[in-house]
Amino acid sequence: MELRFTDEEVAFRKEVRAFIHAKLPKALREKLAAGHHPTRDDIVFWQKTLNDKGWGVAHWPVQYGGTGWDAVKQYIFLEEMMMAPSPPPLAFGTSMVGPVIYTFGSEEQKKRFLPRIASLDDWWCQGFSEPGAGSDLAGLKTKAEKVGDHWVINGQKTWTTLGQYADWIFVLARTDATVKKQEGISFILVDMKTPGITVKPIQTIDGGREVNEVFFDDVKVPLENLVGQENKGWDYAKFLLGNERTGIARVGISKQRIRKIKEMATIEQRGGRPLIEDQRFREKIAEVEIELKALEITQLRVIAGEKKREKGKPDPASSVLKIKGSELQQATTELLMEVIGPHSAPFTPEEPGSNEPPIGPEWAQTIAPTYFNVRKVSIYGGSNEIQKNIIAKAVLGL
Amino acid sequence: MDFDLSEEQQLLKDSVEGFLADTYDFESRKKIAALPGGWSPEVWAKFAELGLLGLPFSEEDGGFGGGAVETMLLAESFGKYLVLEPYLATVILGGGVLKRAGSAEQKAEHIAAIAEGSRTFALATTERHSRYDLFDVTTTAKKDGGSWVLDGEKAVVVNGGTADRIIVSARTAGARRDRGGIGLFIVPGDASGLSRRSSPTQDGTHAAEVSLSGVRVEAADVIGDPEGGLPVLEAVADEAIAALCAEAVGAMSELTDLTVDYLKQRKQFGINIGQFQALQHRAAEMFVALEQARSMAMFAAMTAATEDATERRALASAAKVQIGRSAKFIGQQGIQLHGGIGMTMEYKAGHYFKRLTMIDTLFGDADHHLAEVASFGQLVSAA
Repeated sequence: MELRFTDEEVAFRKEVRAFIHAKLPKALREKLAAGHHPTRDDIVFWQKTLNDKGWGVAHWPVQYGGTGWDAVKQYIFLEEMMMAPSPPPLAFGTSMVGPVIYTFGSEEQKKRFLPRIASLDDWWCQGFSEPGAGSDLAGLKTKAEKVGDHWVINGQKTWTTLGQYADWIFVLARTDATVKKQEGISFILVDMKTPGITVKPIQTIDGGREVNEVFFDDVKVPLENLVGQENKGWDYAKFLLGNERTGIARVGISKQRIRKIKEMATIEQRGGRPLIEDQRFREKIAEVEIELKALEITQLRVIAGEKKREKGKPDPASSVLKIKGSELQQATTELLMEVIGPHSAPFTPEEPGSNEPPIGPEWAQTIAPTYFNVRKVSIYGGSNEIQKNIIAKAVLGL
Repeated sequence: MDFDLSEEQQLLKDSVEGFLADTYDFESRKKIAALPGGWSPEVWAKFAELGLLGLPFSEEDGGFGGGAVETMLLAESFGKYLVLEPYLATVILGGGVLKRAGSAEQKAEHIAAIAEGSRTFALATTERHSRYDLFDVTTTAKKDGGSWVLDGEKAVVVNGGTADRIIVSARTAGARRDRGGIGLFIVPGDASGLSRRSSPTQDGTHAAEVSLSGVRVEAADVIGDPEGGLPVLEAVADEAIAALCAEAVGAMSELTDLTVDYLKQRKQFGINIGQFQALQHRAAEMFVALEQARSMAMFAAMTAATEDATERRALASAAKVQIGRSAKFIGQQGIQLHGGIGMTMEYKAGHYFKRLTMIDTLFGDADHHLAEVASFGQLVSAA
């Protein structure tokens, strides 16, 4: 039993850090550290930079462009990116549809899509949730009917993150309404330029417009865009949702935010003294740091256990990572709110064409939006209540 | 990075658990608790035979060279079976002081005796108003010719009632809360001028009030620098914290299992109560708290040898906070989900709760250690 990283792993971390330092422009890093969202171009730029280095889809099998790193190295790699911070990888491609395609897709699909996911020449988005199908995802209603040599898709998807930039969307659609709801769903790849698709932004409480509604109105899709077998889409969806484990706790993001809390608490004051000197506030930080340390080790235990598990079988303990990870992401944004106090008030939503600088300290402007935005993390990817259901059933046998 | 046990560690774990499974079921434990002194000399002899009592001492000192991970495995098993024998007091605390600061003669005299099971120890540090500050010492030790004379009162000394030897912290110089000027003295349990009143504790173990009135200690029984005892005590406390964290994890793990089993069996409204989502979620939350605690118990074991004392103490504190928080939640919810039966002395759940509650009060509760981590200020390092 040994908690320390090996010399090789330490050297690897240095290598990753040096690469990020050399390639990530300072202005972009500072923008992200200040809590601003990366633009589409930022994300594409960084993905291409990684891909040129051979790290674009590090966790994929080597034959599809992966690096062959073990789980520990994957973890170190992701953590360094989160702590930098660099633009996050576009998970919809690299962590979601990519693995589904190389695991269940046809040779044709692999050749066509995988390289363009790795280079982010194709921007993917996710067509899972619907207005009536959230936690009960299998209750989805969007329909795909076989008409001649096409699927014809009708229905509505929602919460489609960054769908406004997307070239492609992977859609769960009902292809058989006569069987048990999980057994009549198919997984279909759809070109966003196809006539009949309408994307409508949804403004969220932080003022941002990262999520969208996507409407399908007689959208014709070639039959060969079905992934795997017809009516087996639910299996692929479950694979997809359980697939992204190594980064699920987002420990690096919370660490980076704790650093920011401490930094800002030396500037902000309470009782005429720097907030960081306030014992009660220091203890609040310590509470979060301790839980985060515990989570980091829990994460490493899950990763270490990965070697021994059957491939593709997620560890049910990864639900612990999702629950705690999201709670801590939220706790850190709460502490930032406390640091900035009354200066969290000015609301300056992203409106095109608005050049008016916000009132108050410059670095305060992202704090409240981030706090409001991050409420999503305990909702998406299987809400924390769903995660507790999973633990109760899969781990505790209740 | 590696979370696997070595072959030897696995063997140790299996042999301890095998022995406890055979001899330490809950009914047997009740009988042991009722013995005079509250623990079993027979079990103690068996511990010696299995090599457990010499485990964390170097081979050169007469031990088996086990490290923090070995202690963790042992303590976790003790937690599962709610073991009452004075392992912490004798091996971790008494032995811990001796192995760190004892002279060659002191080690030769005592460590072999601990390892063979012929001598038990207690560590008397707490006083009426010291709470968890090891440096808050009013008991005095005054030099008198070649020996020392001890006067003062020590409180809730674990195993203080039956220990063959008590190691007492006493002030040799400075003011009440000075970090310097604290000495450590080996006092026989039946020393002239020493009186002790032992009491059963909430968790089925025993603790004593120890009064010292003109107790004479020869120079040979002073451990290390008579003014430099505090760093030794702090290092011992951190080892004890790591052991307590592991013991708590053993207890939390069993209590969680016991509770989940109960949810599967207990019927109300015509169904197993484990089918109710409110209870499922509570059980899931217990599991989350358990896994977080398990991680920090491992953390405590794996960082116990941290060289920098300030950092080592902060890391131990972080572990103790997490264990305190998780143990309170799991303990309280374990009782709640059991309902009435959880309230009874005859049933096991309440005893886990009581032990977990007492562990929080040993070597600093969660709030005490939270303040320590906050002062340290850099648990999430800038790296």
